[in-house]
Amino acid sequence: MTAISENTAAAAEPRRASAFNPARVVLYALLALFCIYYLLPLYVMVVNSLKPLSEITAGGMMALPGDWTIAPWQSAWSSAQVGVEATGLRPYFVNSILMVVPAVALSTILGALNGYVLTKWPFRGASILFGLLLFGCFIPFQMVLIPMARMLGLMGLAGSVPGLIFVHLVYGIGFSTLYFRNYYAAFPTELVRAAQIDGAGFFTIFWRILLPSSGPIAVVCIIWQFTNIWNDFLFGASFSDFDSQPMTVALNNLVQSSTGVKEYNVHFAGAIMAALPTLLVYIVAGRFFVRGLMAGSVKG
Amino acid sequence: MGFLDINKATKAYGAVQVLHETNISVEEGEFLVLVGPSGCGKSTLLNMIAGLEDITTGEIAIRDRSMNGVKPADRNIAMVFQSYALYPNMTVKGNISFGMEMHGIAKAEREKRISQVADLLQITHLLDRKPGQLSGGQRQRVAMGRALVREPDVFLFDEPLSNLDAKLRVDMRTEIKKLHQKLGTTIVYVTHDQIEALTLSTRIAVMFGGYVQQLGTPKEIYDNPANMFVAGFMGSPSMNLFPAKVVSANGVPAAEVRLADGNAAMIPFASGRMNGNDGRDIILGIRPEAITDRDGADRNSDAVHIVDMPVEVTEPAGSDTFVVSQIGGKDVTGRFRADVAVNAGQRFPFAFNMEKAVAFDPQSEQRIA
Amino acid sequence: MPSSATATRPGLADRLRDALPKLVLSPTVAIVAIFVYGFIAFTLYLSFTDSRILPTFGWVGWQNYENLFRIRAWDTAVNNLIVFGVLYIVVCCALGLLLAILLDQRIRAEGFIRTIYLYPMALSFIVTGVAWKWFLDPGIGLEAVVRGWGFESFTFGWIKDSDMAIYTIVIAAVWQTSGFVMAMFLAGLRGIDSEMMKAAQIDGASTFALYRRIVIPQLRPAFMSAFVVLAHMAIKSYDLVIALTGGGPGTATELPATFMYSYTFTRNQMGIGAASAVIMLMTIAAIIVPYLWSELREKK
Repeated sequence: MTAISENTAAAAEPRRASAFNPARVVLYALLALFCIYYLLPLYVMVVNSLKPLSEITAGGMMALPGDWTIAPWQSAWSSAQVGVEATGLRPYFVNSILMVVPAVALSTILGALNGYVLTKWPFRGASILFGLLLFGCFIPFQMVLIPMARMLGLMGLAGSVPGLIFVHLVYGIGFSTLYFRNYYAAFPTELVRAAQIDGAGFFTIFWRILLPSSGPIAVVCIIWQFTNIWNDFLFGASFSDFDSQPMTVALNNLVQSSTGVKEYNVHFAGAIMAALPTLLVYIVAGRFFVRGLMAGSVKG
Repeated sequence: MGFLDINKATKAYGAVQVLHETNISVEEGEFLVLVGPSGCGKSTLLNMIAGLEDITTGEIAIRDRSMNGVKPADRNIAMVFQSYALYPNMTVKGNISFGMEMHGIAKAEREKRISQVADLLQITHLLDRKPGQLSGGQRQRVAMGRALVREPDVFLFDEPLSNLDAKLRVDMRTEIKKLHQKLGTTIVYVTHDQIEALTLSTRIAVMFGGYVQQLGTPKEIYDNPANMFVAGFMGSPSMNLFPAKVVSANGVPAAEVRLADGNAAMIPFASGRMNGNDGRDIILGIRPEAITDRDGADRNSDAVHIVDMPVEVTEPAGSDTFVVSQIGGKDVTGRFRADVAVNAGQRFPFAFNMEKAVAFDPQSEQRIA
Repeated sequence: MPSSATATRPGLADRLRDALPKLVLSPTVAIVAIFVYGFIAFTLYLSFTDSRILPTFGWVGWQNYENLFRIRAWDTAVNNLIVFGVLYIVVCCALGLLLAILLDQRIRAEGFIRTIYLYPMALSFIVTGVAWKWFLDPGIGLEAVVRGWGFESFTFGWIKDSDMAIYTIVIAAVWQTSGFVMAMFLAGLRGIDSEMMKAAQIDGASTFALYRRIVIPQLRPAFMSAFVVLAHMAIKSYDLVIALTGGGPGTATELPATFMYSYTFTRNQMGIGAASAVIMLMTIAAIIVPYLWSELREKK
């Protein structure tokens, strides 16, 4: 959406004659005001994660730290009380990574293959199947919590990281298929036919012809899946044990724990830790992130 | 049995019959063009020959070997696509090499053939580029190179020139024709452009509505169209078709037509034509180049007849001037020499060369004579 | 190639190769069949049984549904959802549209500002919840800060107030999602034919009239998409409530999603929990199915 920024704005283009234009000043002031609105919570989190608790409770939430400290970060990472044990968030951060990487990889690979079959090897009922797959993306997951809990038990995956990987894989396929299907739908079918005549088989065509051109959509898909799975709370809360909880669940436990003093600064440090991976992805590859969001809602 | 036999082949998608029973036998070295408007079934037929679409009933055989159920890759064919279908991630060399690689041809042999074909098509300097860096004409050459290098039994071309601009299209047309004459390969070529069909082919199959309307040499198709569709589709500007009635004038059959000013005119047929059809309503077909100014008429023809007609429009086209009048409510275009002084609104003598005229039945639209 | 006269009978290898695309797709088909539609059927069935702590299969007809609608907490949850959903959708759309139009005026550093407006979308609702929970907390957050600045009578205790707490959920949810809605509208704005804008200017339309009469009516598809996305997010809202208010004070901010979870897993009323999930599914289906239907048909 960056490349298309020239056309419409032309209509509202101000006369370039005068350097000072009151309407423009108001415009920029408004935009700046909204920047503050969106940045405020982030500012609060960062600033308060770097000051001692006493400064916060004394009503200094908006102020810069008087006494800069990284103790809250250290505490949140390795010693804060999460649930029953004082382990800090570190083990849960590790859980999240162990969960996210395979779930993202598997759902992306399956999505790519599905998109390839649905667009380049269509069969009767392919579009109905796709519709059913798509609807599966939007169901309230409350609908599957009860049977999934039982199923994980039957499979011996209850309360484990592999169990969570499985759950995220199952409910991530819909979106990854959607991305690749829409992308491959625009990929010229004549190329596939040419490769067929050249003697390439099903997997060769995928590997040699489609996959080399799939970079952008793969990035979109990986970012989307990564963000969604990392940020998930419902499945994590429902299907994990104490030692397999993902970061979001652990953060919530840290913040909600009713024992002892509320260490707001530690909570904020923990919240930033939970936000950092997805935030980093957003900053590094924001363009792809937005594309994924749009494709996931407007369906490209 | 020919080299490529299409034997009672049909294609249906569910209840929709897209190709009706078709029989074509192509000899080795022939250049067969399938021509027709979009949706006529020509591309379907080509894809069936390629094996990209199944045959519903009937059979397609190459070198007496049935191709039904044989994978595209095992038919020993090569295809040039409309979009060229060059693999964007591979170099030109990679594109040309890919098919041989898939067929397990050794690297040394591949290199040899690539350099031969690149030489032939003058694309040697492009071998290391990606398709994205090539112009339309260069891509076209690479696509042909990819097909040639396979040394197939049959070449299939699917509207290969339709993405090129007008000038390049003419150049490439010539080049394809040269290539065919040089290599003597068997080609099946699909196009919607009747000029391409006429210039390139040794035989043409004109298709419409899932039927082969006529199969013949370019000359047969042009001079003796089997029906009104073929007459109207082949040739540009297209054949004039207008209603007439067969009457007898002094014992000779003639076409009675109604001119734009309401007057009737009688145009005698060439000798020996349309005898015994008196009173019959017909559609008369006559090509623009057979309607000329008086001095432009074919001197070898015994059947030139002059009719004075009101001129509606003149369209100077450089080498010729197209002059339009009306017969029986239909526009009739004549091809006059460029320097004839003729203006819209005036009455002018049109010379009809009735040796070139054909007649159709208005109901069946088939040719009578 | 061996040239046999009868090449029509495909061998086992050929048949396998022909079936390959379907074979590749089959794991996904199985997953969707079992884990989406099978599970939906299972939960639907449970909603007609006397399941309590574990699934049991005594048929009780519509009893769970009748009970559900008699439970005050469900009533509260549904009312909350209506209040939350309507406000959330309306405010997000209004704010999103405003921001999109502001950004569409040939703004310097547009990409940078856009990045700021959109970043909350990359965060987990849990992180958002934690940030806003403490920011809105009267003891240390906004109220305390403003009082600290000398406005001793300033009060902002919505989050602790049963009547107002639901609005804090709206505030946080709008903060998180409105940037995304902005991006959707911006894409819509950029898709409008610039020649039409020029024509309207030549016709003498003011900027205001241009937007009201020409541009906004053409954003209908973007409005549709935004509505569907926001509505379905509202119905599924769970994480944010858990992190921000935990459903409290009391049950003041319970939503159907939190109701379902607590009835199923903490109150051991699985039958009723299943019934509430079914109602959530039906509501979402009523919004999503027509939308998917029209989108997929347009694609054809």
